[in-house]
Formats: sequence, structure tokens, C-alpha cells
Amino acid sequence: MRTRVVLRFPADRVEQPITYHLIRDYGVRVNILRARVNPGEEGTLLLEIEAPDTELAAALEFAASEGVEVTPLAKQVLIDADSCIDCGACTAVCVTGALQLDTGYRLAFDPGRCVACELCVGACPLRAIEVTF
Amino acid sequence: MPKTLDEINEKIKSGQAVVVTAEEIIPMVKEQGPARVARDVDVVTTGTFGPMCSSGAFLNFGHSDPPIKMSRVWLNRVPAYAGVAAVDAYIGATEPSEDKGLEYGGAHVIEDLVAGKEVELKAQAYGTDCYPRREITTRVSLDTLNQAYLFNPRNAYQNYAVAANTSGRTLHTYMGTLLPRLGNITYCSAGQLSPLLNDPQLRTIGIGTRVFLGGAPGYVAWEGTQHNPGQARGENLVPLGPAGTLALIGDLKAMNTRFLRACTFQNYGPSLYVGVGIPIPILDEDLAWSCSVTDDDIYSNVIDYACPGRSRPVLGRLSYAQLRSGLVQVGGKQVRTAPLSSYARAREIASVLKAWILERRFTLQAPVQSLPVNPGVKPLREVQA
Repeated sequence: MRTRVVLRFPADRVEQPITYHLIRDYGVRVNILRARVNPGEEGTLLLEIEAPDTELAAALEFAASEGVEVTPLAKQVLIDADSCIDCGACTAVCVTGALQLDTGYRLAFDPGRCVACELCVGACPLRAIEVTF
Repeated sequence: MPKTLDEINEKIKSGQAVVVTAEEIIPMVKEQGPARVARDVDVVTTGTFGPMCSSGAFLNFGHSDPPIKMSRVWLNRVPAYAGVAAVDAYIGATEPSEDKGLEYGGAHVIEDLVAGKEVELKAQAYGTDCYPRREITTRVSLDTLNQAYLFNPRNAYQNYAVAANTSGRTLHTYMGTLLPRLGNITYCSAGQLSPLLNDPQLRTIGIGTRVFLGGAPGYVAWEGTQHNPGQARGENLVPLGPAGTLALIGDLKAMNTRFLRACTFQNYGPSLYVGVGIPIPILDEDLAWSCSVTDDDIYSNVIDYACPGRSRPVLGRLSYAQLRSGLVQVGGKQVRTAPLSSYARAREIASVLKAWILERRFTLQAPVQSLPVNPGVKPLREVQA
């Protein structure tokens, strides 16, 4: 299974080599898509993780046991359905193609392609998109 | 045999009218030909839902006791123009608020009113013998206002420029976020559904035409500002760039936020998404033909917004079919495209207007006067004071 998750490191855990353990001890393929690490502050990491389901679950469980909050990326990008008018302005800046208009010209979001760059947040004229990273 | 508008209205009233949308007529004309479709179809409904900066509303607040001749007015801290009679004001869509800046503006005040919310009214005056009061702060809502009508000086642009950016930095424009080095292209037209592109010579649309505006019936009040029917046209008479425009008027109290929505373009400011739909009577074969226009036959120029001047370089010409495909070729490069106007909601507007007509709630109004054929668009000259 391949999934994108946001790992939120409390300030006192950012200096721990948790990603190293994820890879070495659990054998998961990790691709770091975005990282925000500042000494003494909460850190966030957007990872694409590829592994068989059981290994993936074990790896994420390990991260949680180390005090790291694990959230699927899909839950970190919120598009308010009442505010969205399906104009498509956000797709102009979505270089990975996570935001696209479908065949019925309605906005579709594919979290599997999102890198949480947050460009869509400012590009949305309706202020309908919220990204937590 | 040409039909008359009266005949079409009789058919609407008796429930006999055949109404289709500007999308639905396309395969009909292709398969059956315009002559047959002109016989069978009475009305084609169009729609568009795009940001239209040149929009705003006239409001009348009613008189306080003692009365005030408001000379400066704010609604939710957004300045409104009050240089008309004592308690009249015009709130413009693009006016930014004094406390929230570009994130909230006149358009948001209008949307809040339409949503039924209360809005803070603050007014100042210099005081006169007949209007002694000098200031007032209160709350108003659509219910407490005497009149509240949208009066938009320029809506429903017949075609529009397509935007790109060849510079090395991201540009924040009214055409959305333009990524550097031709990183994307944005466009803003409902294309084959767009009202004025279906009647390119404005044969049936003029002053007095009844339209769908913001979810309620409205009217064409006048030609829109910068109305430019003299724009270059293709063989199908469809303009190749921004051409005709309409000034529209309608009762804000009857509108709804599904079809009237405030927005903000980053670093540019507030604007208003306005839903406009116009019914086109199929009086003859030519109108059936023009209403069958497709996105393949509507073109616009790609303009380089990197140039800050009035005359910006043209990078190419694209059809709306190409633009809607999501990927185009410009300057030897594959470029992603994105719309700003909502095609999904344009479709909905055309369908709602069609339903109104079929339910006999909306008849067609012939223009009382045609729009000017070629007023031209003059630039602003700078002359010595």
C-alpha cells in the first residue's frame, strides 16, 4: 500500500532519528515530500510511505508510540464544499495535478498527488481550501 | 418561417415552448441542421458564473430620527459611496475593508446581505438644517433596507483575454495566480454557454432584455462600460477578444448566494462572482446556428501579463476547447490551463433558466432599444493640468 501521511513531531522529539527507524526497522519505502524542521519548535514531515499493509501499520504505530502524531494527508487538506464553486482557479497553481476538474467540471482532489505546497490556499478566490501542515 | 417573440411568449404561457440549453442545442444543429432546429426550438438558455469586478449595489437605508444626510458611509467597515441623496449609497464589489483589507470587501458585504446577515452601518455627515444629525452606527439587513438592487456597470463580457506570464516571478492578478516562465495559463469565459457568445451580434439582447441575475430575474439596463462590439471577429462572427458587455440590474432581495458569491484574488482584492443567464429566442435559422457555437469555434488571444503596460504582447491564439483540455502548446512549451469562471455553475444557471421558462415563470422581453454597434473604447490620455 502507498499512502501520504503528515508526521507532526512535538518540539522535544524533533531531534530523534525517527525516520531512520521507520526505514531501517520496518523496511518501509519513504519519500520525503515536504519537511518543516526548526530547532526547538514542532516539526512536520510529509511522507509518502510504501509498504505492505502490516508493515505500514506497524511503522505508523511505532511513530505514534514515539509521540509523533500521524495524520493521513487527505485529512490535512480541507475543501469546504459549501464555499467551493468549482471554478477551477486552484488548479492553476496545482503543479502536481492533485486538484483537477473532473469530466463534469467539478473540482476533484486526489491526496495521492498532493505535496501540501499550500499554493492553492491563496489561489482559491473563495477561500475554500484549508491546508494544515 | 421566422417566428416572432410574441409567438414564443404565447407558447411559453401555454406550456408549449421548446427550451434547450446552449449545450443541448449543439448536437441538435449538428444532426438536424439549423433550419429544422429553428422550427422546433423556441428558446436557448445560456449561463455564466465568473468574477465580475464591475458590480455593486444601490442601497436605501431609510431615515433615522433625527435624520442624517450621510456623506461618508461604511458597511462592515467597507466604504460605500454616499455622494447621492441623504440615505442612498452604492457599495462597490471591489472596495476593500478598512480593517480586514483585501480579504473582505464590498462583494462580501453584498453576499452577507443576500445571505440574510446583519451588516454594521456607520455613517458620518456634516449636518444641515434639514438633516441635523452628524453620525449614526447601527445594523441593517436586506429586510430593513427600503431598496437594495444590484446595478453592475459591466457584466457578461463577450469573450475575454487568456492570461499567461513569461516573467521570472509569480504574478498575482485578477486572472488568478500566474506562475513564472509560462508555468500556467488562466482563462475566464463560459465559452459555448456564455450569453453574448451565443448571439454574437446581439440581435436579441438589448436594453430591457429580461435575464437571470444572481438567482433572480433582472434586466439589461444599458450597454456595459467598455462595450466594444467592434472587436476583431472570426468567420463565425464570434469576437476573438473582449467585445460586448452589459450593464445589469436586479433586485438583491430576490437573489441567492448560490449565484452571487464574494471572492478575493490574492494581492488584487475582492470581486464578485455573478451568475448571469440570458434566454435567446430562436427567431430564425441564423440564431439556431449561432447558438450552436462550440468551444472549438471560440478563440481568444493569450496575453502576457508580465508586461505591465496597457498593450500587452500576444503569445498566441487558443480555442476554448483547447483551453478546457487542461494542456496547451504555447511558445513551443506544454502549458497547463485553468479556468476562473465556473463551467459547472454556468451549466446550472442555463438549466435553472430553462426550468423557469418551462414552468411559465419567466417570459422573454424584447429589447426596447438595441445596444450601440460600435461606440469604440478610448484610452485615458494624460494631459497637462
